[in-house]
Amino acid sequence: MNRPLVEICGDVRAGKVTARSRVEAYLAEIARREPEIHAFNELHADAARAQADAIDATVRGGGDPGPLAGAVIAIKDNIVMREGRTTCSSRMLENYRSPFDATVIDRLRAAGAVFIGKTNLDEFAMGSSTENSAFGVTRNPHDPARVAGGSSGGSAAAVSAGFCDAALGSDTGGSIRQPAALCGCVGFKPTYGRVSRYGLVAFGSSLDQIGPFARSVEDATLVYDSLVGRDPSDSTTADVAHEPLAAKVREPLTRLRVGIPREYRSAANAPAVAAALDRAIAAARAFGAEIVDIDLPLTDLGISTYYVIAPAEASSNLARFDGIRYGHRAKLAPGEDLEALYSKSRAEGFGPEVQRRILLGTYVLSSGYYDAYYKRALQVRRLIKEEFDRAFEKCDVILGPTSPIPAFPIGGMKDPLSMYLCDVYTVNTNIAGIPGISLNAGFADEGGRRLPIGIQLQSKAFDEETLLRAATMFERALG
Amino acid sequence: MADALTDADIKKIAKLSRLSLPDSQVGAVRTQLSSILGHIAQLQAVEVAGVEPMAHPLRIVNRLGADEPKAAMPVEELLRNAPAVEDRYLAVPKVLGDGGGA
Repeated sequence: MNRPLVEICGDVRAGKVTARSRVEAYLAEIARREPEIHAFNELHADAARAQADAIDATVRGGGDPGPLAGAVIAIKDNIVMREGRTTCSSRMLENYRSPFDATVIDRLRAAGAVFIGKTNLDEFAMGSSTENSAFGVTRNPHDPARVAGGSSGGSAAAVSAGFCDAALGSDTGGSIRQPAALCGCVGFKPTYGRVSRYGLVAFGSSLDQIGPFARSVEDATLVYDSLVGRDPSDSTTADVAHEPLAAKVREPLTRLRVGIPREYRSAANAPAVAAALDRAIAAARAFGAEIVDIDLPLTDLGISTYYVIAPAEASSNLARFDGIRYGHRAKLAPGEDLEALYSKSRAEGFGPEVQRRILLGTYVLSSGYYDAYYKRALQVRRLIKEEFDRAFEKCDVILGPTSPIPAFPIGGMKDPLSMYLCDVYTVNTNIAGIPGISLNAGFADEGGRRLPIGIQLQSKAFDEETLLRAATMFERALG
Repeated sequence: MADALTDADIKKIAKLSRLSLPDSQVGAVRTQLSSILGHIAQLQAVEVAGVEPMAHPLRIVNRLGADEPKAAMPVEELLRNAPAVEDRYLAVPKVLGDGGGA
């Protein structure tokens, strides 16, 4: 199934292969290997079969189901669908059934995609390993003793294990790109505002963005083309023109300037990560790119900035889970009041990492600390964005590692702060609102296992065309 | 800023967060939050005088929708996820009286 998705969907549209047969092939692979991987919170086998049959019927009737005809797509379980449950991998929403579909679901369906199921994540997308799920950890397809990354670990593992053609994730501080790197697939976070967040359960509203996982840059672009664009239901979607890019990503760029920040060559990078970056730089020289040394001295402040802004926004967004309208409600003892209902429901429904971030966010927004933490973080945020603006005067894309380390053993990262620090290369993308993509650049040999290593490219806001065409050049050179 | 978090601080934050926190966990939470805040303290060394805070990556102004009535979601469908319902209303414990203070 490793042909380009555009060709596969072309075959479905031409009636050469049925969407139904593709769904059955993936369901067989899922039956074989999902018990070991646990990429999914819920499979939608019957619904997927029905969707596929409807697409095949459209083709038989002479109609065109759309550019993603028969593409089998998995959806991160923090994106709402009428079908099945939307849990955010939380006890809080264990039985939640959405009364509406997210805009991205409507758009993919209109393009002919088939939904195979909902994928596991760190609870409410808070984490970098998918170990924070209330429903069990997702295992890395390249080494089931190791994490798949997070928070969109289920979507990354589903694509890498061959359970689907593509998947959707959400990325607040690296939650698409880091698991893609650790699982060895492509993960793409578009510019903030490119893709509607309507129906994405909110975590950090000024940082969150939906994007695709896929086997190749071109496949990810094909899915992205169907997601992008203004949505009246999300007033933060941008009024910026977009032309479909899937047909263009194979066109090489001439005179590409690739910026390499000094700070991305950190001594904290694992040797295999440093080697993959060197290989990518050599590949760029070989395909004629100009390598530009740049400085991003605020890189190391990203984690601090992010872990003020994201928890602050989360503490506000997650206030809606109060045990009243939906979600978990605690049983009260006689005489306990409404406030006890809120506090007990939330303490029972949220896991430890979510509670930690709500507490942190509440603290940095509280009277007496707001200016010192939250306002200051927003000021540093602007400095980080301006630093990127200056860098993009010297280069077209910025190249670096996606994660300083490959997939780590399940249970091997005990301290929350140590886990946070691994987000060093991905959080600033969200802080500045620019696009980023991770693709495979080799493997680390670890105890007889080959662990994928990802590299990340970032570009100016709304310049996805340069980003994706450059990423395709790297993919071909490194493949 | 360098003030160390106390157990009383943690209990206050938990109350503001509407998260019931058993006394047995207060110490562990204090240790974790202190460790994270200790790292975040590096922001205090950044020169930010005169820098306008950036709350959002996009320069967009308020967007107004057309003032046209649209069909609303059926009440029954909205109530389907409610943990307790009486007739067509959300059921909640007693609200008036000693609400616990704020």
